[in-house]
Amino acid sequence: MIKVSSEFAARMKQVKGFNAGSCYHCGTCSALCPLGYKIMPRKLFREVMLGLEDEVRASIPQIFSCLLCRMCEANCPQGVHIADNMRSLRVFFNRQEFDLK
Amino acid sequence: MPLPIQHIMGIFVDNVKKRGSVLPLSKRTATGWAKGLDLPRGGDTVLYTGHMYQMIPAIDAMASQMALLENSFLTKFFGIGRVMNKFISLSFFMGLTASAKKMERSNQVLRDIVGLLRDAGVKFGYLYEDEFYAGALLYDDGLDESFGNHARRVAAHLKKLGVKRLITVDPHTTKMLRQAYPHFVKDFDIEVVNYLEVLAEKHPEAAKQMNGEVVVHDSCVYARYEDICEQPRELLRAAGITVREPELAGKSTHCCGGPLESLFPAEAHRISGNRVDQLAAQGKNVVTMCPFCWVNLSKAAGDRIVINDIASALAAGRRQLSPSH
Repeated sequence: MIKVSSEFAARMKQVKGFNAGSCYHCGTCSALCPLGYKIMPRKLFREVMLGLEDEVRASIPQIFSCLLCRMCEANCPQGVHIADNMRSLRVFFNRQEFDLK
Repeated sequence: MPLPIQHIMGIFVDNVKKRGSVLPLSKRTATGWAKGLDLPRGGDTVLYTGHMYQMIPAIDAMASQMALLENSFLTKFFGIGRVMNKFISLSFFMGLTASAKKMERSNQVLRDIVGLLRDAGVKFGYLYEDEFYAGALLYDDGLDESFGNHARRVAAHLKKLGVKRLITVDPHTTKMLRQAYPHFVKDFDIEVVNYLEVLAEKHPEAAKQMNGEVVVHDSCVYARYEDICEQPRELLRAAGITVREPELAGKSTHCCGGPLESLFPAEAHRISGNRVDQLAAQGKNVVTMCPFCWVNLSKAAGDRIVINDIASALAAGRRQLSPSH
């Protein structure tokens, strides 16, 4: 069962610099990622926007393993700033989970 | 157990706050490369290494130790390690196992860059022990408050020294100073140019025309953040070197895996292995333009390919004419 948390979704809306609203799930990012299918930006971003707290938290290692190489971003047909989004999620979880600033 | 990323990042934060760098270097390691070059101290325009090439031998040694720790029971003790590191710089001691030969090769890249810029008639100074690490790892790991504090300290120091223009030598320092600092430092107005841009603009005649061919491995940061793709190729061709392109090149370059070296070493090795396969398919001699690509791909290459920094490839001719430089 997928649990949606509106409270978590509201908090994720406050993540500065995160914007994936125009992603239409084509999968170009996943297909080109040097990590293979270990990170699925389109899936992660949808989980963030929907407020799927358990799924997003389980993806913290993936968020920190993004290479920030921009291979996905350079080829995204919708111009989503994928690497910047990943970095924004790192800033958020560093504070929330690790007490690091 | 995977490496505990929060404790490793905690050590980076503590090191930068307390010691000015994620990987503190001795004065000799940071500035020894410039010995005998008679670089003037400071000035309006300075060469800014950001300690990146100097860190490479220590990072190489540390990465091997971290790879051994990954998935071992010792990962449990990283929390204690972070506490100890507040008092004694553990990373400094881990870096002491760096190979002297690798250090000499890294230092030679910086000396080659100085030689190439001088041949092109560029005038610049060097800050010696007044130069600091720019903070790339903090920024990339999303440690924004620590990065911002560090960036403001570095920028204020540069301002105090009267620096107006920085010539950077690696992609990560270039990106930090050119793209990140303006967002974190109010009124940051120091001009930042990369040495490959400076050289390409000057169209210098090579000291000696070279033969041979190289496979170019672009840095992701140069290609997709800093738009530096054509300059390295122009410079290689001008030196008489034939450029060969791997399967993924220029704006479509494939990452070397280096960014994962500190937190996910096994994954970093898998990616560098994939990239070495692509490079080896085009030739034996490969050039890189980032110290992290250099170290990470070299580890995966074994004796399949020979990897040199582009500065060393470009300066090979001038070194044949004047072996002492």
